[in-house]
This record gives sequence, C-alpha cells and structure tokens, in this order.
Amino acid sequence: MAKIELKHISKKFKDETIIQDLNLTIKDGSFTVLVGPSGCGKSTTLRMIAGLEKASGGEIWIGGECVNDTAPGLRDVAMVFQNYALYPTMSVRGNIEFGLKNRGVAKSEREALVNDISEIVGLKPHLDKKPQSLSGGQRQRVALARAMVKKPKVFILDEPLSNLDAKLRNQMRTELIQLHRRLGTTFVYVTHDQVEAMSMGDEIVVMNGGVIQQAESPLKLYHDPANLFTAQFIGTPAMNMMNIRDVRGLGLTAGEQVGFVGFRPEQAHIQEAGMIGDGYKLEGEIITRESLGAENIYQIQSRTGIFFVKTFLEPLVEDAQVTVVVPYDQLYYFAPNGERLRGISARAAGGNVT
Amino acid sequence: MKAVNRRVSVSGLGSAMGELPSGTGTGTVRKQALLNRTVRYALQAVNYAGLLLLVLVFALPFAWMMSTSLKTLPETMIFPPEWIPRSPVWQNYADAWNTGPFLHYFTNSIIIAAGILILQLATIIPAAYAFARYKFAGSGFLFGIVMVTLMIPAQLIFLPVYLELSAWKLLNTHLGLVLPFASSAFGIFLLRQAFMQVSDELVEAGRLDQASEWKIIVHIMVPLAKPVLVTFMLFSFIAHWNDYFWPLVMTTNETARTLPIGIAKIREVEGVATWNTLMAGNLILVAPILVVFFFSQRQIIRAFVYNGVK
Repeated sequence: MAKIELKHISKKFKDETIIQDLNLTIKDGSFTVLVGPSGCGKSTTLRMIAGLEKASGGEIWIGGECVNDTAPGLRDVAMVFQNYALYPTMSVRGNIEFGLKNRGVAKSEREALVNDISEIVGLKPHLDKKPQSLSGGQRQRVALARAMVKKPKVFILDEPLSNLDAKLRNQMRTELIQLHRRLGTTFVYVTHDQVEAMSMGDEIVVMNGGVIQQAESPLKLYHDPANLFTAQFIGTPAMNMMNIRDVRGLGLTAGEQVGFVGFRPEQAHIQEAGMIGDGYKLEGEIITRESLGAENIYQIQSRTGIFFVKTFLEPLVEDAQVTVVVPYDQLYYFAPNGERLRGISARAAGGNVT
Repeated sequence: MKAVNRRVSVSGLGSAMGELPSGTGTGTVRKQALLNRTVRYALQAVNYAGLLLLVLVFALPFAWMMSTSLKTLPETMIFPPEWIPRSPVWQNYADAWNTGPFLHYFTNSIIIAAGILILQLATIIPAAYAFARYKFAGSGFLFGIVMVTLMIPAQLIFLPVYLELSAWKLLNTHLGLVLPFASSAFGIFLLRQAFMQVSDELVEAGRLDQASEWKIIVHIMVPLAKPVLVTFMLFSFIAHWNDYFWPLVMTTNETARTLPIGIAKIREVEGVATWNTLMAGNLILVAPILVVFFFSQRQIIRAFVYNGVK
C-alpha cells in the first residue's frame, strides 16, 4: 500500500510538451481513475508512475520514496495493459509466475501463490493452456492474476476493459471494484470512458490537454464541476450549455461575468399543460426520442440550439412543441474562460420568455 | 441462383439486365457463370502446371543423383540413360566412404558448421535486439554498416582474410574455418525484423516483471521469433555444411578438411570420373541436411507463411 505523489511533473516528446507542471496526490488505498479524452496525457502520466516513461522534469514519489531513478521492476507496481500483453509463448502458469521467478521466489512458494491466485480469479482449470486458447475475459483474468500475484504496492490499469464486449465489461467492472475492496491496495486506473470512471473510482482525476481539470470524488464531480470541461465531460448526455448572449428572460446577479449557462439534462422537466413550474423556461421542438425503458432522452431543437432532456419512469412525451423548465438552483454558470462561477442567483426577468 | 445473380450484379451487369425479360436474363447469367468457372479452372491448371515444372526442375537432378549412386560404372555411361539401375550397387556407398578418412571429415564438418552456428547465434541475437529495440546515437549508421557488408562480394575479401588468418597461424585449424563467419549480417537483419514485430507492451510487461534485458531476450523475444530463428539456423547450417571454397582455401592437410572437400577428392582417386561413387558420396553429404530439414520444416513454413511473429 502506498501513496503516490507527482510533484511538478512535465513530459516532453521531442519538442512537444505533453504535460507541464502536473501536481497530484493519489491517496493510499484509493481507487483513483484518470479520465479524459484521448491525447490528454492520462496514459503518459500512468506510464510515468509505472516507470515505463521517464519524466522530463519533476519528481514521482511512491510510498514515501522518490522513484525517479528506480527501474520499473523495482517500483513495486503491477500493471494491467489494455491488450493484456500476455506472453504468448508461455502457459497461463508461466505468465503468472514469470515475475516471481525473476524475483527469485522459491519453487514451492511460487506454486502455492499461483494456486491461490488462480483460485481467486477462477483460472485453475486453464493453468496449462496458452493465452491464445483463452477467451477475452479469461485473458483479462490472467493479466489480473499476473499483477496480483506479485502483491504490489500499487496497481496500474491502462484501459483494461476496452477490449471486452459490453456485458463482460460490466461484469469485470464489478469484479474489479470487489478486488480493490479485498486487496485494499492503491489502484490507479486510466480510461476515456466517463461511465467507467464514475462507477469505479472513489477519486476521479479529469484531465485535458495535459492539465488536471479537477480531482474529486465522483458525486462531487457531478454535482459541483469546477469548470466547463468537467461539466461537459461527466454525465450522459453531457451538460447542456448556452452562450449567455442567447439566454433570454434570466435575471442574474453579477450577470456581467457570466459567459455560459448550463444545466444537466436530467434536471430539466418537460412542462405539461396546466403544470406551473418555477424556473428557467425554454421552448423547442422535439427532434428525437430515445427510450431505454426506464429513462427517456429527448433531443430538442430550440432557438439557441440543440439540447437534451432526460426523464425517468415517465411516459414518453408525444407533443412536438414543448416547454422545458429548469429550476433556477440547477443552473450552472461559467466565466467566458470556462471557470465555474459560484454564488450567482437567478430569477425570471421581465417575464417574457421567448 | 440467387447467389449467382448477386455476383453478376457486382460486376456491373446487374443494372443493365434488370430491364431485360427475366427468361433471357437468367440464361445470360448462367452462361456468364459457366464462363467464369471455366476461366477459374483454366487459371488453376496453369498454376499447377507451373508448380509441377518447378518441382521437376529441383527434383530431377536429385533423383538422377540417387539413381547414379546405385549404378555400376558402365551403367552410368550407357546411352540412352536408364533411370532404374538393373541391380542396385550399395557397395558404391562403402567405396565412397572408404576413399578417404570420411569419419574424420564428417566430424570436422559437424564441428565447423555447429561452431559457426553457435557463434552466430551468440552475436546476432543481442545485435538484432539492440537494433530493433534501442534508439542510441548512431544506431541507424551502425545498422547501415551491417547492411553494407551484405553487398561486399566474398571474392573481394577472401585474400585479406586469408592473409590475416595465416598470420595468426590459423591455417589448417577448425578456428580458421569458423572465425570468418562468426556473425551474419543477413541473420541480424532477419531477426531484427522479427523482433520489431513484437509489441512494446510485451517488453514493458517483462520490465515490470523485473526481467533483465537478457531475460526479456531469452524468455520473450526468442520464443516469439522461433520460426525465423530456425529458418536462419537452417540456412546457415546448410551453407556452411556445403561450403567448398573456404575449406579448400584454408586447408592443406587432413586436419580440418570437411566433407565437401573429401567428396571432391573422390574424383581424383582413380584418374577416371567414377560418377557412381561420387554420387554416393554426395548423398552422404546431403543426408544430414535432409534429416535437419525434416525436423524443422514446420517451423520454416511457419516463418514464411506468418512472416515471423503473429
């Protein structure tokens, strides 16, 4: 178990700066997810922690030890790769015990460890098979077993579920959460999938363009985004965003600072005839309706552009023209540079909603 | 019928035929399909004929060698030649074997071909790994030099190498026959390409598993490049097993002479060319290679079909 600290980390590939002055503390025993669009530097950060990539500047500390000049094999980290990177010419057993062999673990002890681990991940009947003859899920388990058997201080997982089909992915997600609970080890997990991040992480680090946008617990991230990027990255569909120039009928305190106003699709209601709702009103035409049974997602074309509304356990709205109401306290405000603005209150202005 | 229709429409005929009465349409389609099939069979026949010709080109001399090795000397001279000896003369093999110290030649050949192979593996594997996996100052230049050596004809350098080895007093020694071939540019190139196809993640996984570079080579890279490596080993073994020129240059007595020299000497023994004994000697020469090939052919075919690493 170990805390990971990144201090003023920078990374350049030739002349291109990928990451500049990155500071991050990953708590001991946490399940931290690095999430962001591709090319945001999350994988590079992960690989620097593992030691597969050398930082151009700054320090990396694992468990109170600066590991800048420590070889990957000696950092006491184990990694699960996106394509599993199983040794194709070795059996499942060979794959799992390769790391132990290199550490000079005695044969009897190795056997006991491999047996224990394969029991846990359910690979016992496949120990003498080659990875090629296993299914995707089984290969994933071999990769996990190979990492677990070394009892590392830190687990590093680089998009480990992206090669699995949807059903298996959900299953492995649950299993990974359980595994983390059982081991209590620090997990660092990279994904571009915000659903994965939200469901698995107890700490999420949102990255964009090599810069940490926000590092928070999932719920905090959802309810209290620090900026425009996080607000739009977390949540499906993404937060609806309106330029302040297009917003009519909204009286704001300190309104002159506001660049954008946003609201979550699930906080908006479609107003039915006779219903009186208090909040910001938008009119528009429903373009598409997606129904998943329990939830419905509407794509609505309004004067200011397209936005989404999500409803739960309600009958599908059949009207073409609708009025959407967003409660005033569910509006988010952002400065023109994307920074979140807090403490702004809103009320109806002039009453003429257009 | 449906399938045929679809195939034709892909070739662009479909749209034109859509307007024709259906009866004529299907007739044309059937004819077209028949034509296609005939053309396909014809192409296949040409293909097989070509292959057969190729097989004959390689197999006929070999069969002729086998046949001659079992004939009497007068039988080798008759015209028109006969393929099947009237009564096979196995004595030819014993005669060939007894024209010189063949067991000695045989041992020399094995020592030299195996010695070369071991040295080559020891040099090309690390070199190929370094060229495939490391970017160091001058790596491109150094690899260029390795490649250039492939283009230097052996005739150009055999004299200086001979003089050098002679100065080292290595004439008539095994070492003198082995040393000039201690590394192979071809091998380095071939293996480098195979190593380059191994995904980076595998090497990284190895590093995280605390494997040294040497362990990564032995346990991850080499097993993955096995078909390529086996192919190279076979090429090298055959080339040096059959090598006539260099052993001829480097030996003046029996100490280090190899089989090809011994076989060539059969011709000189009796003043007349005893083709039957000579061919028997040649078969003795190729037999070990055939055995090696028999055991490694699966690997070799894999190396060519999958192009090394999957």
